[in-house]
Amino acid sequence: MDIPYTVAVRRDTGLNNGKIGIWLFLASEVMLFGALFASYILIRTGSPSWPRGDTVLDYRLATFNTIVLITSSVTMVMAWASLMRRKFGTFRIYMGATVLLGGVFLLVKYFEYSHHLHLGEYPSHSNFFAIYYTLTGLHMLHVIGGMVVNAYFWGPGAKLWDKNPVWFTNRVEHSGLFWHFVDLVWIFLFPTLYLL
Amino acid sequence: MSDHAATSHDDHAGHDPADIDRHVRVYIMVFVALMVLTIVTVAVSRFHLSVPVAVSVALLVATIKGALVACYFMHLISEKKLIFAVLGLTAAFFIVLLALPVLTHEDGYWIPQPAPAQTDAEHK
Repeated sequence: MDIPYTVAVRRDTGLNNGKIGIWLFLASEVMLFGALFASYILIRTGSPSWPRGDTVLDYRLATFNTIVLITSSVTMVMAWASLMRRKFGTFRIYMGATVLLGGVFLLVKYFEYSHHLHLGEYPSHSNFFAIYYTLTGLHMLHVIGGMVVNAYFWGPGAKLWDKNPVWFTNRVEHSGLFWHFVDLVWIFLFPTLYLL
Repeated sequence: MSDHAATSHDDHAGHDPADIDRHVRVYIMVFVALMVLTIVTVAVSRFHLSVPVAVSVALLVATIKGALVACYFMHLISEKKLIFAVLGLTAAFFIVLLALPVLTHEDGYWIPQPAPAQTDAEHK
């Protein structure tokens, strides 16, 4: 049995089911990160002292990672645009670049975490590091999840392009929506944790 | 139920090559704007402004960047009403969620505090 409304739009919603599904999922993600941001505000405002992010974290590394994630968002949307132009080869290049940039982000994060753990700055070290590891750790899990899905569409999942190009293009658009959301969360995490 | 043949009514209807070229030009402009705003965020933080001013500026710039990503990369600017309904509801709950710490900031100052217990000496 085929999955309904993967390509055609539903008359009642004006959308295909995948699009509604991913946006509902992103709405739940907003609440998840929203709860953690609210916790951050509560802990910070309730604390007698709070370090400026750039006095304990390396804001230059985080700035570099911000540039990496923004660039990956552009390559992601260009991958989708390539499919819309029916240029599968170009799609592969852009999607491959997106996955690689995700890998660069994780590599930088690895060095960042290693440095702090080496200094004994574990989550139990202070309220600042507890919320820092929680927020960046959860965000990192999202980057890994997005990379897995994007790598699938770059590799084995791309077989769908031959059978049903429109459905494949929709799938790439939906995984792109998730990837842009991950970028959007980082846009707020970056100044909150590293600069303020 | 199959809908694979219904490509004439799919989401991509109306996206001709010129349309996509226009999209791509917008993506590049947004990319440049995001890079500039990232530099602005970092540059402003180097001025060591007071915390309220620094927070306001950083969040304002982050909101502009987030709006650019949502509107253009996530295509919200041309999205259907149902998506806006979902996001509107999400935004309302999100605001409540962020307001909770603000309401508790004064450690529940609006909650009636019990009167201090009288000591035996005061009774006498």
